[in-house]
Amino acid sequence: MTMADQLIHHLLIPVLFILAILLPLIISVAMFVYWERKVIGWMHVRMGPNKIGPLGMLQAFADVVKLLLKEVILPTNANKFLYYLAPMLALVPAMAAWAVVPFGPETVLANVNAGVLYLLAMTSMGVYGIILAGWSSNSRYAMLGAMRAAAQVISYELAMGMSIVCVLVLTGSLNLTAIVNAQSGNFFDWFWLPLLPVFVIYFVSGVAETNRAPFDVAEGESEIVAGFHVEYSGSAFAIFFLAEYANMILVSFLASILFMGGWLSPFPESWGFIGHGGFHWLFIKAFFFAFLFLWFRASFPRYRYDQIMRLGWKVFIPITIVWVLVAGCMKYFGWVHLGTGA
Amino acid sequence: MTRVTQYFKSLLLIELFQGMALTMRYMFKPKYTMRYPMEHIPKSNRFRGLHALRRYANGEERCIACKLCEAVCPALAITIDSAPRAEDGQRRTTRYDIDLFKCIFCGFCEESCPVDSIVETHVHEYHMEHRGENVVTKAQLLAIGDRFEQDIAAARAQDAAYR
Amino acid sequence: MNTDLLQLICFYFFGAVAVIGGLMVISVKNSVHAVLSLVLTFFSMACVWLLAEAEFLAIALVVVYVGAVMVLFLFVVMMLDIKQEVVREGFIRYLPVGIVVAVVMLAEMLAMIGVKAMHAHTLGPNPAGDSNVAWLGQALYTEFLLPFEIAALILTVGIVAAVALTLRQRAGVRHQSAAQQVAVHAADRVRVVKVAVERPASVNPAPVVVPPQENAP
Repeated sequence: MTMADQLIHHLLIPVLFILAILLPLIISVAMFVYWERKVIGWMHVRMGPNKIGPLGMLQAFADVVKLLLKEVILPTNANKFLYYLAPMLALVPAMAAWAVVPFGPETVLANVNAGVLYLLAMTSMGVYGIILAGWSSNSRYAMLGAMRAAAQVISYELAMGMSIVCVLVLTGSLNLTAIVNAQSGNFFDWFWLPLLPVFVIYFVSGVAETNRAPFDVAEGESEIVAGFHVEYSGSAFAIFFLAEYANMILVSFLASILFMGGWLSPFPESWGFIGHGGFHWLFIKAFFFAFLFLWFRASFPRYRYDQIMRLGWKVFIPITIVWVLVAGCMKYFGWVHLGTGA
Repeated sequence: MTRVTQYFKSLLLIELFQGMALTMRYMFKPKYTMRYPMEHIPKSNRFRGLHALRRYANGEERCIACKLCEAVCPALAITIDSAPRAEDGQRRTTRYDIDLFKCIFCGFCEESCPVDSIVETHVHEYHMEHRGENVVTKAQLLAIGDRFEQDIAAARAQDAAYR
Repeated sequence: MNTDLLQLICFYFFGAVAVIGGLMVISVKNSVHAVLSLVLTFFSMACVWLLAEAEFLAIALVVVYVGAVMVLFLFVVMMLDIKQEVVREGFIRYLPVGIVVAVVMLAEMLAMIGVKAMHAHTLGPNPAGDSNVAWLGQALYTEFLLPFEIAALILTVGIVAAVALTLRQRAGVRHQSAAQQVAVHAADRVRVVKVAVERPASVNPAPVVVPPQENAP
C-alpha cells in the first residue's frame, strides 16, 4: 500500500465517518432545542417559537448565530485557562461517547468489545467540565452549582452503572452490538420487560446525570441563578448547551439500545417493511426517550436537593443491587429468552 | 394499610404518571396565545389609550378651557393655558400639553370633561424617538382626534347607555 | 509507515504526555492545576494500556480514577484555601532527598523488571477469542474467585468502617424524613370547616359601640 492509501484508510475515512455522526448530532441538538421549546410550550398551552422559518424551525439556528456573535466575558479574577478549558472538557466526552453507539447491525464507528465500559468512562469524565466551570468562574453561585452537579452526577452514575450491570449479566458481553443482538426476538424479548425496574432507574438516572428537570438543582434559577454556567456567555455557553443536549440524546439512544432492542423492530419479521429492523427503529425509540426528557420537564417540579440524594443512594442503588441478583437468577435458570441476532 | 398503599403508590410512580397524563392532555388543548402584531385581543369600548381632542361636526374644537381636566389629573400630566380667541373673543386654550410619561391613563380627564373634548382613544401602539416628544401638544391632540373621530364616536355611542 | 510504527509513535507520545503530566503535578503552582495534571497522567497511562490491548484495565482506570477518585480530590483541593508560598517553601530544600528516593525507587523497579524479564515467558493466545474483557472476567470468577471475593469483602468493611467512624448520633437534632414528607396527605395538615354563609337570624346583631368622648372639645 502506498502512503496515500494509508492516509486515506487511516485518516480520511475515519474522519469522514466521525463527521457523519457528529454533524447530524449537532443538527439534531439544534432541532431538539426547538422541539423542547415547542413541546413545553404546547404543554403550557402556549405555542412555542413559530416565527423564524417554517413553524419556527430555524429558531435554534438563529439562537446559535446570536450566541456565536456575543462576547465571551471573562469574570474578574477568574482562572483564565481553566475558564476556557471547562466548556471543552464538557463537550469532548459528550461527543466522544458516540464512537461506540451502534446504529445498526453493521453500522458503528468503533465496534469495541468494552463499549459499555467506554461509555461509562466518557460519561464520568463529563463532570470535570462542570466542576472546573464552577470553580474557575470565581463566583459563589457557579461554585454551588458545580458542587451540586458533581455530587449528583457521581451519585447517579452508581445507580446507572449498576443498572447497566444487569444488562451485562443477561447478555454476557460489553459490546453494544452484542447487547442488541441478545434482545432479538419479539417485543417482549427486549430487556425492558425482565429488567423493568432497572430500566426505569436507568432512565431516571440518565435524567439526573444530565442535570435535567426535575433534577436540575445544579441550575436552580430560583436559588443559584444558573448554576455552574452563570458566568459563561456567548459561544462558551453555547458549548455547554451543546454538551448538555448531546448528552441527553446519548442517554436516549442508550436507553433504546440497552433496554428497547436498539434497531430491532417491535413487529414480527413476517410483517414486511415494518417488521424489519433498521436504524429508523432506533431513531423512533430514541425520539420517544428524548421526548420523555421534555415531558418530565413540563410535568414535574424540581426535586429538593436532599431528596435527590436520598432517591439516588437509598432507593435506586438498593433496587439495582437486588435486581443484579434477580438478573443473575434469570440468566442461570434460563428465564429470559436471549437471541443471537440472526 | 395506608402505609402499604402509600408504599406501592410511590413505588409504582402512580402520581408521577397522573401528572404526566395531565401535561399530555394539555399538550393537545387549543392554545391561548395571541400572535400579537397579527392578531389583536378585542378591546373594550372603554379602553383608555392615547389621548385626543375632539371637534364638533362643524369643525369647531370642543375644548372650552375650563381646566377641569387639569385640576382632576392625579399625575399632573396636563398643562393648559387659555386666552380669548382673537377672532371672536371666545374662551379657548392656547396651550394644551399632555406629558405621556406622567400620564397614568386613569381616564379622569375624560370623565371630568363637560363637553367630551378630551378623550382617550383605542390607540395603544405609539412610540417616540426623541426626548421631548413625550409631551403631546394641542395641535397633535387635535390631529389625533381628527384621525380617529369615527372610532371615538362609535365607542362613545356604544357606551352612551351606561354614562 | 506501517501500523507497528504508528503504535510506537503513539506509545511514545502518550508516554511523554504522562511523564510531563507527572512532572507538572509536583511543579505547578496552582493545586487545582496539579490535580488536573494528575488526571492527564492517568488518562495518558490509560491510553498506553489501550495500546497494550489491556482495554479493561485502561477503561477501569478512567472510570475509577479519572471519573471518581480524582473528582473527589478536585473537590477537596477546590475547597481548601491553600497559600501557595507556604506549600512550596521547602521544595528546593527537600529536593535532594526527593531525588535520592526517586532514584532508589527507579533502581528497584528496573531491577524487578530485569528479574521478571529473565523468567519471562510469552503469554499464550487469548483463550476467549479476541475479547480479553471476557477472558479477564472468566479468570476472575473461576480461578481467582476467592481472592476476588475477599477483596470485595475488605472494601465493604472499609466502607462500613468509614461510615461508622464519621457517623455520630447527636441528641436534640431535628431531622426531616423525606419519606414521611412525601407520604403526607392533605387531610393530615388541613381541616376544611364548613361555615354558614350568613349569621342566623335569631342572633342579635352586635351593639354599636359609641366610643366614649372624654376629650371632647
